[in-house]
This record gives sequence, C-alpha cells and structure tokens, in this order.
Amino acid sequence: MSLPVSIPSSRARSVLPGFNLTLGYTLVYLSLIVLLPVAAVFLRTADLSFAEFLAVISKPALVASYKLSFGASLLAASINAVFGLLLAWALVRYSFPGKKIVDALVDLPFALPTAVAGISLATLYSKNGWLGAFFEGVLGIKIAFTPLGVLVALVFIGLPFVVRTLQPILEDLETELEEAAASLGASRWQTFVHVVLPVLTPALLTGFALAFARAVGEYGSVIFIAGNIPLVSEITPLLIITRLEQYDYTGATAIAVVMLVFSFVMLLLINGLQSWSARRTGRTL
Amino acid sequence: MSTTANTAHLRHQTRFERNAATREPRWIKWSILGLSLGFFLLFIFMPLLAVFFEALRKGWSPYLHAIIAPDALSALRLTLTIALVAVPLNLVFGVAAAWLIAKFDFRGKQLLTTLIDIPFSVSPVIVGLMYVLIFGANGWLGAWLQAHNLHVIFALPGMLLATTFVTFPFIARELIPLMQAQGREEEEAAVVLGANGWQVFWHVTLPNILWGVIYGVILANARAMGEFGAVSVVSGKLRGLTTTLPLHVEILYNEYNFAAAFAVASLLALLALVTLAIKSWVEHHSAAQQINAPLSMEKTS
Amino acid sequence: MSIQVSNISKRFGNFVALDKVSLDFPSGELVALLGPSGCGKTTLLRIIAGLEQADSGSVILEGEDASSTHVRERQVGFVFQHYALFKHMTVFENVAFGLRMKPRGQRPSDSVIADKVHQLLNLVQLDWLADRFPAQLSGGQRQRIALARALAVEPRVLLLDEPFGALDAKVRKELRRWLRKLHDELHITSIFVTHDQEEALEVADRIVLMDHGHVEQVGTPEQVYNQPATPFVYGFLGSVNLFHGRVDEGGLKVGDATVPHQQSNFANGAEVFAFARPHELDIVTDPAATKGLGAKVVRVLSFGVSSKVELDGSGSATGQHFEVELSQQEVQKLALQPGQLVRLLPSRLKLFERTHAG
Repeated sequence: MSLPVSIPSSRARSVLPGFNLTLGYTLVYLSLIVLLPVAAVFLRTADLSFAEFLAVISKPALVASYKLSFGASLLAASINAVFGLLLAWALVRYSFPGKKIVDALVDLPFALPTAVAGISLATLYSKNGWLGAFFEGVLGIKIAFTPLGVLVALVFIGLPFVVRTLQPILEDLETELEEAAASLGASRWQTFVHVVLPVLTPALLTGFALAFARAVGEYGSVIFIAGNIPLVSEITPLLIITRLEQYDYTGATAIAVVMLVFSFVMLLLINGLQSWSARRTGRTL
Repeated sequence: MSTTANTAHLRHQTRFERNAATREPRWIKWSILGLSLGFFLLFIFMPLLAVFFEALRKGWSPYLHAIIAPDALSALRLTLTIALVAVPLNLVFGVAAAWLIAKFDFRGKQLLTTLIDIPFSVSPVIVGLMYVLIFGANGWLGAWLQAHNLHVIFALPGMLLATTFVTFPFIARELIPLMQAQGREEEEAAVVLGANGWQVFWHVTLPNILWGVIYGVILANARAMGEFGAVSVVSGKLRGLTTTLPLHVEILYNEYNFAAAFAVASLLALLALVTLAIKSWVEHHSAAQQINAPLSMEKTS
Repeated sequence: MSIQVSNISKRFGNFVALDKVSLDFPSGELVALLGPSGCGKTTLLRIIAGLEQADSGSVILEGEDASSTHVRERQVGFVFQHYALFKHMTVFENVAFGLRMKPRGQRPSDSVIADKVHQLLNLVQLDWLADRFPAQLSGGQRQRIALARALAVEPRVLLLDEPFGALDAKVRKELRRWLRKLHDELHITSIFVTHDQEEALEVADRIVLMDHGHVEQVGTPEQVYNQPATPFVYGFLGSVNLFHGRVDEGGLKVGDATVPHQQSNFANGAEVFAFARPHELDIVTDPAATKGLGAKVVRVLSFGVSSKVELDGSGSATGQHFEVELSQQEVQKLALQPGQLVRLLPSRLKLFERTHAG
C-alpha cells in the first residue's frame, strides 16, 4: 500500500491536452493583432492634455458629425427593429414563394462589400436613379447627398443584425405558450403583447444594439451616398480620414478614442443583453 | 435533447398557419408580409439588382473590358493574396481559441471571449488608423522601418494586418458556441480509449466541427475580400500596386467611370451571392444532420 | 483488479464534492455508487478513471499508486452517461476506435481488429448494427455499443456513469438484467454510478451510499436496506416514516403520545429521530387504546399484493404524514374508512441521536 500523495490541483482540470499551447497561442495572437493596436490609439492621445483633448473633440464640424452619426444610427436601428421584427416573423411563421431566397439574401449586407453597397445605393437614390427619380421627381424628397442618404445606407447595413438575432428565438418559441394564452381567453394581440413580445424583447434589444453599434462605425456604404458636405452630411469616421490626410494624427486619434470608448460601452452592453436573453429563453447564444 | 427544436423548425410554417392559437387574421398576415417584403425589396433586393443592371448598362463588351483591364486583374490578384493569408491565420487562431474556451475551465474565460469580439465593434477606419500610428512614418516604428527600408503602411503588410484584424473573430465566433454545445464527452471518451491529443482532434473533434469551420471560413473570406474602410486607410491607393478590388471600384467610381466601377463591383456582388449560397447550403446540411438523432429516438423509445 | 481510493478530496470553487473519501473495491465485484445528485459519486468515478484530478489523496489500482498515471495509461473502460459515441463514425468504427489509436507498434492488423470488433458486437448482441451510425440506434442500443467500445481495449476495470439514466423505464429494466448477466460472464471489476436505489439494490454486489461528499455506508444490498447505518441511508432507501421524540421510561415520547421501542442504548431524556418502514407500523382501530400516535385515515390504496394506507397525524402529531403498508387481508379485517381516527403503533423502530446530522 502506498502513502497518499497530494496532487497539485491543475488549473485546467481536464484530461484533454493542449491547454497551455492554445492559451499561449490565443493570448499572443490576440495581443499582437488586436490589443496592441487598440492600445496604440489610447497611448497616442496621452500626448494631449485633457483640456486639449476636449478642445479637439468638440470642434463644430465634429459635433455636427456626432449628431449625424449617432442620430442617423439610432434612427436606422429603430427602423430596423420594427421592420426586422416583421421580416423575422414572416420568415418563421408564414410560407410564401421565394422564401428561401429572401431568407438567404437577408445576409447580403454582411456579405456584400461595403463599397459595392455604397455605389449602388448612391446610384439608386441619385436624381437619375430608379428610386431617386421617384422620391426626388415625384415626392420632392432629396435623399442622395443629404443626411437622409446616410440613413438609407445605415438601414441597409443594420437589417441582418435584427433579423438574425430574432429568428432563432422565434423558431424556438413553443406553440404551447400561445395556445395556453388563447385557451385563457387572450386575443391574438394580447397574446403577442403579453406572451410573445416579452420573450423577444432581449433579442430585439440585442439586435437593435448590434445594428446601432455597427452603424456608428460604418464607412464604406455611407460615404458614396452621403455627399460629405461639411457640417451637413459628414459622418464621424470620415473626419478621421480627413484628419489623417492632413497629417493631423493627434486630431484623428482623439476622434478615434471617442468612438472606441463608445464601441466598448456598446460591446459590454451587448454582452449583457445577450446573457439576459440567454437566461430568459434558456438558450445559449 | 436540444436538437428537437430543429425538427420543429421544418414543420414550422404549416404548424403555425394551421393552428388557431398561433394564426393571425388574414389581413394582418398580408400586412406583415407586404410591409416586410416591401422593405426587403427596397433595401436589399433593389441595391443588389442595381449593381448588375448598372454593370451591364452599356453591354457585355465594355463589361468584359473593365474586368480584364490590367489594373482590375492586379487588384483581383492582390485581393486573393490578402484573403489567402488573412483567412488561414484566423482559421488557426479560431480553432485554437475555440478549443481553449470550449474544452477548459479557467479564470478570465468570459473576459477572453469578450476581447475576441473587439474587432467586430471597432470602426474599420480606426483599424487603419491603428496601424498607421504604429507603422506609419510618424508612428512608433516608423523611423526604424524607414532606416531598414521596410514598408508596412501603403504596402501589402499593412493591408494584410488590417484585413486580419477585421476578420479576426469570424471563425472563432462560429466555433466557440459549436464546440461548447458539443461538450467534452466525446473527446474524453477518445482519451480513455487511448487516443493522443492530435488523434483526438483529428478523428473526433474536427469531423464534428467541419461544417462550422467551412461556415466561418466563407464568412471571413467574404469580409477579407470585401473590406474597404480599413484597407483604404493603409493602402495609399497606388493604382495597380496597392488597390484591392473594392478600392479599385472606388477609384473608378470617383473617376466617373460608372460602368467599369459597377462591372468590377458585380464581381464582388457575385462573390457575395456565392458566399450566401454556400452559407445556406451549410446551414441546411448541418441542420439535416442534427435532425437525424431525435427522429430515430422517437422511433425506438 | 482491485481498486482502492484513499483520502480523496476534491473541491470545485467553494463546493466540496468529495471530503477525504476512502474506499476499497474488491476484485471482480460489481459495485454501485449510490446517492442523490451532487453527492460526489460521479466526481469519484471520474477521479478513479483519471478524467478528473483529486485535490489530495490517491487512487491505487491493483496495489499500485495510479494517481499520476494519465487516463490513457490507466487501462480503464468508461461508459459515459450520454454514451459519447462518435456521431460521424459507424458502430463498427466506434468500437474499433481504441484499437486503431494504439501506437503503430502495438496496433493490431485490420483483420484482427475486425475479428475483435465483431466478437464484441456479438457479445452485446448487436453485430447486425455494425454499419449503422449512432443516430440510427435506439437509446438501449447506443448504451450497449458504448459498453462494447469500452471493452474493446481490454480494460482492467469498467466504470459506468449513470448507465441507465437516459433510458425509459422498460428498456432500463431489461438492460439492468443484461448488465448483471454480462458481469457474471466477464467478472471484470466494475463500478457504476446511479441515483436510483432500485437499480443499485437489484444489480450491484455491493453498494456505496454517498451524501455531500461523504461515504454514509458500504454494504451488500441486504445490509444497507435492512440495517441502515445513518438516518440518511434510512431516508434514502425505500419509503420511511420519521418522528421526532424523546426517550422516556415507558418508551418513546412523541408529543404527548408514547410508543414502544426496542433500543436500550439511549439514556432517558435523549432527543432522537425515529424511523419506521411502512410495513413496520400497525394500525389500532380500538378507540379506547392509549398507546400509539393519533392519526386520521386519508386514503386506502388497495391494489397489488399489499395495500397502502395514507394517514395524516392528529393531536400532537398534526401536520405529519404517514404511510402504512398492510396485507390485503389485514385491510379487509380493519375495514378502514377515510376520516376514521386510529392509532399507529410501530412494531419496529430505529432510533438515531438527534445531534447526528440528518
């Protein structure tokens, strides 16, 4: 009989191999490709005092661009929340011809290069384009090269986020819930508001937040249709490029810091929303 | 088993539309369909159609001319080169990170998962800026690089780095939840039966995640070939040298050479369509595979 | 092969899964680790297999300390709760896996592997399924394939984690008998984990009862059922009636009622838990009787060999619920009516000191 020996508790608590290898590799690669470059932006702003930093990021042209970028993004995400819900509902609940194609094409904004989307939208909504001719010629609404054009591009880019976060939740929704509500005397509308919508809310908010975060940083699909008129239709990412082209690195970096801080807040928010959604529906995202 | 949800999915529409409790009045159904599909046509389908329409507006001959122009071909070559480097790099990373996160418990796992998502939330323009700050003429390493006659910004390495950054999470994001859902039992069973680490991965893990790998790779590839903002900042747009296909489209468009711009753009749109087709096919295939199990269980138990 | 574990402790964060557990598994026996979920039984099984590392203590296989031996080299067969069959491989390939993974020098030839696999599939009576995929099998078939796969590498011990947990009642009963028979043929030292007392009592040579990371009792099915060592074992195995009381000269005081008991090793005034199995309570219908606990008949269930009477405590036992098992003849003789007031008199009572955790 041998003496009991104490076994040092292993960190990974698993018999599967590769913990040290994958941990080391993941951390090194993550640091080199992602963390170091992100840190570079923050370190570069350290050149500025806080007062200087504030002065740089509150110039009128920038403030106008924040209003446009955040305002149009919020509006676009809201539009997407409404129509994304309708589209997800139609895709899950109804059958109609061409459904498979519609379902596949919902992801087009993910797959289509932003520059292609940009020139296509700019052409469509310009005075001579199919849609521009109608809006400008018939209704008298100018879309291309105005803030409205920015909105159109951001709606395009954000749609899949809402549809794709809602779809699986809608598919997993048990019919029994709605049957129970109906058997208890609820109308279809009451059932939707009190039974279905609460289940969808976390996912809907997640989709909204994802679309919003993406829209604020979007560049390629917007610049062609925006017209980039100073103080009117210049988005914030464009101003970073303008500063860079003027070799104003500190200016570009200061704007980037503002946007990065916003992105990280959104990232944390989205993570929170996703775990809320997962808890509520019992599924893992 | 959680996979029962997938069988339900197939029978969904008929199930919902026949069931009095889950059916809306006809006029509401038609309103929802009308609004959602109208929105889809306006925002998704028309822009796609316009690309091909504009590309062929002047006929096939100018179209082909624009595509086989030397600048377009060198842009194509550069685009393929970048994707061929960035995607495999992120594939290796994605598999390693997913293995780490799905198969082991360790402190800081949640944080790591969040950090992997960072590139999704950073504006492409800022990605370009980051590398300019490090490798540009006024950047941290600028002077050193210049002294050694090395070019990163306005050259291929910078474009590779920017593309690798923006496609960084794609494959990992696909594989992490997939491998977590599959658990560790099969791998543990293989180890108990005497398989070594490489054998476990090759014979047990890889066949199970193959569809996820394909899925992640095609999405990462689409983004790598189509990236515009990040690459545009670090490319310098030296025509025929550092222009990728999306940058080439921009240049042609800004020169008011619309037909040529849309001709090249239509190649990228085709790439997007192929990507979506493969994606749907993979989704269909992996769903069909999962459905197998619960069906046969219903039969026998 | 014999297995010993000594002083095994294991924590997960603040949760103590196993607290200094020492056990001896004799060679050739089929042992059940029985306990409620979270009692540490699966953790112990995984530590024996080498799938989990203990924080302290050692695992001794055939007299040799195997604590630092990798699971690959321990030569254990492990059947997972959900079988962990490789989904993308056929039944044949699943069973052959262990042989094919051997280092080149030790790997048998393809024909030897094929012979061995078919021999094992015949043993589990499923040779006709060799070319199927796991998804095409029923739960019971998957279970047997998992067992064949574990046996293919000729393990020195066989470890099974909740082997029947995922099966429905009928298949479970069949497989239990089959596993017992298989063990009698092979005589390989086997340990299985279960939370189902019936399963443990029916299949195992020996039962290890565990709770909260401790071993409560080890013994044959008869021993643990008839002579429970702790209140936990009493409560866990079979149904039981429980009273709180104080030992007195005349017997056991439960509230203001007195019941007789046979244990003389308790001092007067000792606070105790008292246990009686349903068949160890007698019903006294005589209204003049003074001994026994007051109770009111709620329901009489008379089907099967014996009848069950459900009662609610009355008087000082109000709020308690009792279950009494009687033969059909006795029930007929008593002619109990719902609502009738009776007294319960234990024919056998097992007392445990109240300070004992339970």
